[in-house]
Amino acid sequence: MASMLIRGGRVVDPSQGIDRIDDLLIRDGLVVAVGQTGSQPLGKVDETIDAEGLVVTPGLIDMHVHLREPGREEDETIETGTRAALAGGFTSVACIPNTEPPIDTQANVEFIRQKAARADTCNVFVVGCVSRDRAGKELAEIGQLVEAGAVAFSDDGSPVYDAELMRRAFEYCRMFDKPILAHEEVLELSRGGVMHEGLVSLSLGLKGMPAAAEEVMIGRDLALAEVTGGRLHVMHVSTAHGVELIRQAKARGIRVTAEACPHHFTLTDECLRGFDSNFKMSPPLRTAADVEGILAGLADGTIDCIATDHAPHAPEKKLLELDRAPFGILGLETAVGLCVTRLIETGRIDWLRFVAAASQLPAEILGVNRGTLRPGSVADVTLIDPGLKWQVDATRFASKSINSPFDGWTLTGRTVATIVAGRVKYRLQ
Amino acid sequence: MSNQPAVTAAPGPLRSRLPTAGWSHRNLLDLEELSAEEISLILDTAVLCKEATDGCRRKIDVLAGSAVVNLFFENSTRTKTSFSLAARRLGADVIDFSASTSSLSKGESFIDTAKNLEAMGIDAVVVRHATPGTPHLLAGHLDVGVINAGDGPHAHPTQGLLDILSIRERLGDLRGLTVGLVGDIAHSRTARSNLWGLTKLGAKVILCGPPTLVSDRWRELGVEISHDLDAILPRCDVLNLLRIQFERQHTSPFPSVREYAHLYAMNRDRLRRAKPDLVILAPGPINRGVEVTADVADCPQSLILDQVTNGLAVRMAVLWLICGGRQQAADPAADRRRIV
Repeated sequence: MASMLIRGGRVVDPSQGIDRIDDLLIRDGLVVAVGQTGSQPLGKVDETIDAEGLVVTPGLIDMHVHLREPGREEDETIETGTRAALAGGFTSVACIPNTEPPIDTQANVEFIRQKAARADTCNVFVVGCVSRDRAGKELAEIGQLVEAGAVAFSDDGSPVYDAELMRRAFEYCRMFDKPILAHEEVLELSRGGVMHEGLVSLSLGLKGMPAAAEEVMIGRDLALAEVTGGRLHVMHVSTAHGVELIRQAKARGIRVTAEACPHHFTLTDECLRGFDSNFKMSPPLRTAADVEGILAGLADGTIDCIATDHAPHAPEKKLLELDRAPFGILGLETAVGLCVTRLIETGRIDWLRFVAAASQLPAEILGVNRGTLRPGSVADVTLIDPGLKWQVDATRFASKSINSPFDGWTLTGRTVATIVAGRVKYRLQ
Repeated sequence: MSNQPAVTAAPGPLRSRLPTAGWSHRNLLDLEELSAEEISLILDTAVLCKEATDGCRRKIDVLAGSAVVNLFFENSTRTKTSFSLAARRLGADVIDFSASTSSLSKGESFIDTAKNLEAMGIDAVVVRHATPGTPHLLAGHLDVGVINAGDGPHAHPTQGLLDILSIRERLGDLRGLTVGLVGDIAHSRTARSNLWGLTKLGAKVILCGPPTLVSDRWRELGVEISHDLDAILPRCDVLNLLRIQFERQHTSPFPSVREYAHLYAMNRDRLRRAKPDLVILAPGPINRGVEVTADVADCPQSLILDQVTNGLAVRMAVLWLICGGRQQAADPAADRRRIV
């Protein structure tokens, strides 16, 4: 098979503590070495990529993506969603099982894996349902799903409402060392809400979703994770106090990890003043103080990773009254630009921390053999131009949907090439 | 009274008296976006309309040839009737369009519905909807004027204007007046529109009700809040008694109507402890015995029926500014629409 030399880029690989200008050699889909090729015999190289001025990272991993297939192919398909992932620099995604039908059987896991193989785009890791039919009543056949390849479990879209069922899920998943990815929301408190409850919702007369709705459920799940020894992964944490709860839990030794989404560290509830449903997501955009809490949590590692909660909705669904429009925004194709612009350019985190949050740690949480450029590992690589200024144009997204509030924004930092198992799968035109 | 009132005012002279300068908005979506001058312009125009129509009872024809659609996605009797009558008093054609009789039940989106109506050559859409922001969303997709007739708990600009006009008629300049808005602030578009309009015109606003209906957060806007009607009563020049909107709550915000009325209903006893020239408003429909007792609702200090007449005047003014201003702006396309 082929060999490839990525020459002269800034290689950032937190798994090896590397952040230096160097070459990366790939052969037969695997990493051979990071190192100056001048000093070692190269042999014949089939393809050389000049990476001068670019950042070279282990392929980015988005552990929270809604690919919508099966069931809502008008919003996204496995093929279009994974093409969007590649365009955003993601070599792997974990797809969330709130599809129709939900991914709660071996056959459904197999369906996704086959579709993903046929699309031949990026890696798709399957998240299975915690509960059968995602109904929150009884456990799904978690062991069977693990056998079929599920890497984690989630009823995302909804919380696992029954506390005893959640306890059982934590206990049962310990047997397979799989995390539960939890959507934290007390529904009675957020019922009918369309945005964060605060001064803005009060002024606009919109029903609010209080921060406490998220924090109360985080508190419950932390207690259950502690008592069971299970692994809790808090999805899309959006409040400063939620971050603090996780910080305290980590200090107590509870097995908890967490993710934050680019929109939650970029936008606030003020954005809703124009009543644009592209700013409607769950959890909702919160306040400037919450944004600050998330940025601090990302910087000190309380929040392990960055995930996009990529949630496509066809334009006609978003173009409805605010309470009828669905929750969710696109994430895959704007994530790198938002992270570079909001996190790195501002000095909140450095490249090593960013790559840890967007590649190394998601791989560790999901227990997948990715997120590193160690010799012998699968050659998933992302090339980012850290200084490229570009304007977001939703009409040019690879995704099937266009529901991005960042349409028209100018961002710094963009993926220029995405390499999966040694093959260039995306190149910025 | 005749169904077809006689046209009494010649269009020429009145038309020249009605203002078009000073108004630059295509839509009326909420009072928050208007300046004090613009709010005063509407109120002054309302006074002119009221005079020209002999107290809103006669018809003039300054908007003859214009077509106004009432697009109501939420039940309404008085506001819809008031807008219809206001448009007819100015000589405009009015089409009533309610969600239950429309193609919305066939799954058409409300934007498609509105665009279809627009394509028929109308001049303005009066929209009521249960969801805040829906008139704003429509305005972004239509070229004709959009008038918000109430969007959920968010805004009801003509209600705010008619309340303010009623106060101004009775008490004059609003500067320095203290206005208590009492009751279901949480779910009241009337409260929000009053709040913006009154504070822009220099009045002091106190929001009063139980903490389940009056959030502490309003203080962040510099508004006084109170949970004790009896404490603020002696300071108020005006009380606007807002209806408890039981239909918008999941769980009751207070233990019983009896307890609510005990704490917040305006009754004769409280009236005795208020300023002698206290003015009482209620946006209606009123729940007699909940926000206000029947005797107080009908007392001389109550402006409840003036509010209804002023509602017509304010809506005539708004329709004139939004449709008439466009007519004056020599828009050949609009002229063609009217000829057709």
